[in-house]
Amino acid sequence: MTGKKKPEAYEDIPGTWVFDAQRARQGYHLNEFLYSLMKDVNRKEFLADERTYTLKFKMTQEQREAILKRDWNRLLELGGVSYALAKLAFTDGKSYQFMASRMTGMTEPEYVEMMLKGGRSPDGWRSKSERRGKH
Amino acid sequence: MARIIAGVGTSHTPAIGAAVDLGKTGEPYWLPVFKGYEPARRWMAQAKPDVVIMVYNDHVNAFDFKVVPTFGLGCAEEFPIADEGWGARPVPVVKGYPELAAHLVQSLVLDEFDMTIVNEMQVDHGLTVPMTLLFGTPPAWPVRVIPLAVNVIQYPAPTGHRCYMLGKAIGRAIDSWDEDLKVVIFGTGGMSHQIQGPRAGLVNSKFDKAFLDGLSRNPAKLAQIAPLEYLRDAGAEAIELVMWLIMRGALSERVKEVYRFYHVPASSTAVGNIILESTAGARRRARPKSARRAK
Repeated sequence: MTGKKKPEAYEDIPGTWVFDAQRARQGYHLNEFLYSLMKDVNRKEFLADERTYTLKFKMTQEQREAILKRDWNRLLELGGVSYALAKLAFTDGKSYQFMASRMTGMTEPEYVEMMLKGGRSPDGWRSKSERRGKH
Repeated sequence: MARIIAGVGTSHTPAIGAAVDLGKTGEPYWLPVFKGYEPARRWMAQAKPDVVIMVYNDHVNAFDFKVVPTFGLGCAEEFPIADEGWGARPVPVVKGYPELAAHLVQSLVLDEFDMTIVNEMQVDHGLTVPMTLLFGTPPAWPVRVIPLAVNVIQYPAPTGHRCYMLGKAIGRAIDSWDEDLKVVIFGTGGMSHQIQGPRAGLVNSKFDKAFLDGLSRNPAKLAQIAPLEYLRDAGAEAIELVMWLIMRGALSERVKEVYRFYHVPASSTAVGNIILESTAGARRRARPKSARRAK
């Protein structure tokens, strides 16, 4: 039997997966995989045969598929933490900014343009109900 | 007697370090950031501290998730620069101050802050970018550095109030170190930003400006901001700002704000910098009774 806690208030923030203790637990092996990409030899081994390399870590099939697809938001949902996910982006020769833009569904130039204009306003993004009201 | 002469609040955005390392500081995108830091760098060159206490966070470089210390105090002789996935930054190795770090650990634990002692640790952009911004690009850093790594990655980070109280305890610990030393404490990270999910790119300049005002004039009230408020109003990663409250707690009750700078953007973040000087004679730091008994 497993216990279940009440939803946390921060779960009502739209477009955000807070890396809390439950998510950290779920993502432990996924994040260990990402951490391994700090070493150049591992980055090369991964890029040579991605699927086989992921089998070295005790991840779920869903986590493996999300890695192969670079499905960044799914990886956040499955317990990946953005700083560790960045190491996968770097392995691909991409930047943090590129990864963030993919998470928002924008192109990188669109994302840079939004930031240069002062960034995303919090208005309409504080709660899921406020978000629905905007759309 | 050792004394904390001032606190520096600053962002530690990795792209700022990359801009320096790749010689891009004169580009139109980056110029306002580096111009904005010039007065702070001049201030630091005048202040000439002997020791820096660097409150920062590691970004899954020194620590993976095998062990997650809430407060990790770097007690080593030196701290190598981490390769975060694109090669280590070409900056000098960071020299520690093990004797003073050992004193801090003892003093803080007896003051009821249970620090994790870290004797081997690589340091990442969270520490090196503030060093570059305030000290430039010398062949060797002109100060010894005691890193204080705070967990702000896995929720929950320590609360703002807890951080503010820890800062006060650090102030007491430095007061009781019998050596003529000038110490500057850094609080780093932030300001408003979110770098994950469809809400990435969030910036709340109103929040940031109020935070800088509060830090300068009413830190006790600022320390009451709840974790949810940071996450919701200033972005999931803005929780890093609690580290600025450790810096503020270590200063005198009243401070002199000598510099402030704010700019959007650097990559996905709002950049902030503030320098607060401790005012002499305003330092009354009674140790809590329970801690005195324990000692």
